[in-house]
Parts: sequence; C-alpha cells; structure tokens
Amino acid sequence: MLRQAWLVCVKDVRMEFRGKEALNAALAFALVVLILFSFAFDPTSEQIREITGGLLWILFAFSGVLLVNRSFAREQSNDCLDILIASRVPASALLLGKAMANLVFILTVEAVCLPVFSLLYNINLFLLPQWLLLVCLLTSWAISLLGTVFAAMTVNLRLRELMLPVIVYPMIIPALAGAMQLTNVVALGKPPEGDDLIWVRLLVGFDIIFTALALGLMDTILVD
Amino acid sequence: MSDKILLTVGLASAAFLVRNLYQMFMVLPDEAAQGAIYRIMYFHIPSWFSCFTCFFASGLASGYAIWKKNFRGDSLAVAATEVGLAFTAIGLATGMIWAKIIWGIWWTWDARLTWAFITALIYAGYLMMRSMIDDPGERMRVTGVLSIFAFTSVVITYKAIDWWRTQHPGAILSFRTGGGNTDPAMEAMIYQNWFALLLLTVVLVAVRFRMEESRREIEGLRRAVYAG
Amino acid sequence: MSVLKAERISKFFGHFPALRNLSFSFEPGSCVALLGRNGAGKTTLLEMMAGLSRPTEGTLTIGGRVSLLGHGIGVYDELSARENLNFFASLHPRGGDVDAWLEKVRLKEVAEAPLREYSRGMRQRLALARTFMGEPDLLLLDEPFTSLDDKAVALLQWLLAEALGRGATIVLSTHQIPEAMQLATHILFLEKGKLAYNGPRPEEMLGDSKWIYRTYGVAN
Repeated sequence: MLRQAWLVCVKDVRMEFRGKEALNAALAFALVVLILFSFAFDPTSEQIREITGGLLWILFAFSGVLLVNRSFAREQSNDCLDILIASRVPASALLLGKAMANLVFILTVEAVCLPVFSLLYNINLFLLPQWLLLVCLLTSWAISLLGTVFAAMTVNLRLRELMLPVIVYPMIIPALAGAMQLTNVVALGKPPEGDDLIWVRLLVGFDIIFTALALGLMDTILVD
Repeated sequence: MSDKILLTVGLASAAFLVRNLYQMFMVLPDEAAQGAIYRIMYFHIPSWFSCFTCFFASGLASGYAIWKKNFRGDSLAVAATEVGLAFTAIGLATGMIWAKIIWGIWWTWDARLTWAFITALIYAGYLMMRSMIDDPGERMRVTGVLSIFAFTSVVITYKAIDWWRTQHPGAILSFRTGGGNTDPAMEAMIYQNWFALLLLTVVLVAVRFRMEESRREIEGLRRAVYAG
Repeated sequence: MSVLKAERISKFFGHFPALRNLSFSFEPGSCVALLGRNGAGKTTLLEMMAGLSRPTEGTLTIGGRVSLLGHGIGVYDELSARENLNFFASLHPRGGDVDAWLEKVRLKEVAEAPLREYSRGMRQRLALARTFMGEPDLLLLDEPFTSLDDKAVALLQWLLAEALGRGATIVLSTHQIPEAMQLATHILFLEKGKLAYNGPRPEEMLGDSKWIYRTYGVAN
C-alpha cells in the first residue's frame, strides 16, 4: 500500500509541477493577501508581532484549500479515478498519496511566503528554524489530510469550490489555532514550554486521530 | 415506534416539564451569587447534554449506516443531527441571555463558546452537504463519514473547560468535580430536566426519522417511475 | 487466473432496484457481450465488476487482475504517453513492457510529448495500450466501439482477439452489436435490472442484431 501511495504522490507532484497552474495561482493569491494585510493594520507597529501567527496561518489555510481542491478534480477529467480503483489501488493508498502530494504543495507555498513575510514586515520568523519546521509540518499535514478527504467528498458536487472551504475550515480550526499560537511564540525566539506545549500535543493528537480516521473511512467515501 | 408510544412519551415529557417548572420557580430558592437568572441553567446544561447525545447518536447511526449499508441508519443520523442543532440553538441562546446578565456581554471568544459555535457550523455544513448530493447511496456514505469526523468537535467542546482557562464557568456537576460545590437539590433538578428534555428529544427524533424515511421512499418511487 | 462469478446479486439506489437477483459465472477465455436498453443496468453491473461499487445483496467474486476502459479514456492529459504507461504499469507487480506497448500502438516517436498535444485517435490508442498492457485477466469495456475511429476499432478488435487467445475474460457492454457479435462467446441480456438471457451467443445474433430484443425482451 505504501508503495502505491508513493507512486500516486509522485504522479500528482509531477503533474502539478509540469503545469504549475494551481501552485502558481495559490502562490499569487498568497502574495496578494500578504500585501492586503499591510492595509488592514499599521505594518510598522509592534502589535503585528502578536498577530503574525494568525495572519500566516489564515493565509496558508486559504491557499492550501485552493491547492487541495484540485486533488481529485485532477483525476476526474478523464475518469482516471475509476481506473485506479478498478486496478485495485486501495482507497487508503490513494488518500495517503494525494495527501502527501498536497503536503508538498502547501510546504512550497510556505517556503515562499515565510521569507517574504519576514522581509516585508521586518519580523525574523527563523530564530528557531527547527520549531518552525515542526509547526509547519504538523499543521500542513492536518490541512492537506483533511483537505484531501473533504476534496474526495465534494468532488462530485456542483458547488465544489464553495462547499470544500465551508466544511474544511471549521474542522481544521483546532490545528490552525495551535499553529497560530506556536508560530507567535517561535517568532519571539522562545522555544514553546509550559502552556504552549498543550498546543504541540493538540497538533500531534489531531494529526494522529484524523490520519487514522481518514485511512479507515476513505474506502467508504470512494466506493459505493 | 407506533403513534401511541410516541404520544405517550410526548405527554410524559410535557408533564415532566410542567412539574419541573413548578419545582424550579416555586420550590427551589434563588442562587446565592447569581439571583433568579441561575434558573436558566436548568435549560442551558440539559440542552447541551441533549445536543451532545443527539450528535453522538448521529455518529453511531452513521457508522452503522456505512457499515451495514443501512439507509435507516442514515435517516436516524439526519434526524438526530437536526434535533441536535435545535438544541445547539437553545443552548447558545440560553447561554447568551445568562452571559448578558451575569457578564454584561452577549458573547465572548473563549474556548468553550468558540467551539460550541464551530460545532454548530460543522453540523450545519453536514445538512448543507446532504441537500447537495442527489444519489442516496453517495449521500449516506459521504455525510456519514462527515458526521463521524464532526463528532471530534463535540468532544473538544465538552473538554474545552478542562483544556483551557475559559471565561465560561468550569464543571459544576458532581460527576466531574467530585461533588461539593453545587447544592444537591439544584444538581438533581438539572438531571430531572435533562430527563424531560431527553423524552422530548426521543419524540422529535422519531418524528423526523419517519419524515426522512417517507422522503426516501418517495425519492425511490420517483426514480422507479422515471426509469420505467 | 480470472474468476467472474455472481451469486444472486442485487443493487439498490435507495429504494430503487437497479439490478435484481443476478447470477452468472464465466470460464476464462469467455467474451461476454452485455446487452440491454438504456437504463437496464449495464453500466451499474460493469461498475460493480470493476469494484467501483459493491452489490447491496449477494456476492460478486472477481479474481485476477482487472482492467477497465470506461467512458473517459483514463489517462492523464498533463503527462506524456510514456509517463502515463509507466505510472499504470508500476501500480502492478506484473505491469507490462511499456516500450513494447508504445511500439504496438505506434506512439513511440511521440512518447515524450504531453497528451494535450495529441490527436483524438492517438489518445484513444494510448487508452487501449493502458487497458491491455500487462496481460490483465479480466477486461471490462464500457461501450468501447462508440467513440473510436476506424484505426482504433481495428486495433481494439485485434487486441481483444489476442487477449481471448491467452485466456483472458472479456466483458463488454455495447450498442454496436455487429462488431461485438463477431467476438462474443456469451451474452448477458438485461431488461429493467433483471437478467433476461444468460448463455452462449445464439447463431441468430450474427445476422440479426435485434433478435435478442424480440425473443427475450419484455414487450414494451
């Protein structure tokens, strides 16, 4: 199963990096929103430190859902999903592969946006790179995993683009809330400790619970 | 369930509620710190318990529906979810009235309130999804999984007062605190009113369940007519 | 080895029975033509054989490697012919020789170009290569003759004959009865979700494609 998941992931990444349509759109969107932020509040004030995490993760959640939306739509144009299921690729392998590919896309957007944000708003986010990486990995996995599951659920709906965010955002709030808090702490150069560690635990627990649920239930979503 | 049983349960619920109202207003005294308004808790807490029960039932029924490919489970899930959302609305409204009087504000963004709100949004999304999927089998599978996922949010709502320091009051019932800080008569009243509301819940869910079953039958007949 | 066996399978969409109480079983090397009017349940049955849906009642046993050619061509427009075949071949332990198949469907010279640059006929040939590559045991084809051009039809008929020769089982649903009857050894004829005929292809069908509808169809 892992081998097939890996193949699906490589295939999805290759397809996306060939055209880069969704990736470019998501990146452009993220940068536009980064600029919009500067109008929402005084970009030179100190208070921006307190909302850095919030801003960044709203940005990543929005562009992440844009990316994830394509995940199953990509399979649909020529009925490729049917072929994969008929070839006995397990639904859980499909989910895992697609979630890994989406993780790559979301991390790409983050890799561009984090330095740009640091530059434009004069906040060094990279004081504790290992913590930042951990937060990004845990949270991006949460976004991409739940996003992929719900993309599979909504792929046949007429209002797919509208319905996916409506379902995904409330579900990922626990992970986003944790990421926002932790990013704020990490941006100050303090390693998370005490009360902040509950957010790390929450992120890890969130990832584990939903990965298990999703792997177990994916077959139900895809096969009638 | 037959009409007679439903009617009996409904009447029992009504009788119990009337009896409880008499007790609340005529027998039990005002609370020392909050005065008369504390009585709204006799509806606030039981409403949330009924709401959680409904969402739990929805998750279980969804799991059963998916596992056994049983459409009755699906109907039960949607019935329980809708009734659960009604209790969510009651819980939020009673909470806001209480907050306006005790805190002076209708709403605050603490973890408990926020997550109650999120939970309501998720289950509203569940109902929205249902209305958008035409194929009954796909509807059962997709929204069934959603209902199971959504229940995690109920758990977070319930545990929010333990996990974070909230403005929302902490646990008051003795099975969570170990007892001692709530008057036993008042606590008993909460359980009694929950029982009355649970009876009401059963009636509402049963009625909505029948509606859903009929709706699905009509859907099937219509499809058969078009196909033939 | 291919196994294709249905025991009293039914499929309900809500209350609506799409398929009712079907039983059949086919030996390896059979070519089964799935016939019936629109809405008779052909696609539903084919989807169940492909594993896209499961029977509501009864058991459907499918063994061996399954390959499906549905309404869509089932290859990715963003990838090249070689990447497509490589991907689908790598999903199986016995995937097939990609180079040989590119040669066979005469796409070797353009194998590195993305599919969106291909003509319709080229895409169809690639879809055929994807379907037949790796010697699948059970081939499921949904209306395969409908959208193909002449060259591709000839290729398909040749590939089908070859697959039958090595003992694969083929199920094809079709409206183009004359093309299918040359190959078919058996017929499954569906009327309103029920099996109206299940058996060897009658001789009469070769010359008269409406014969089965007149003989076994319910009067309409």
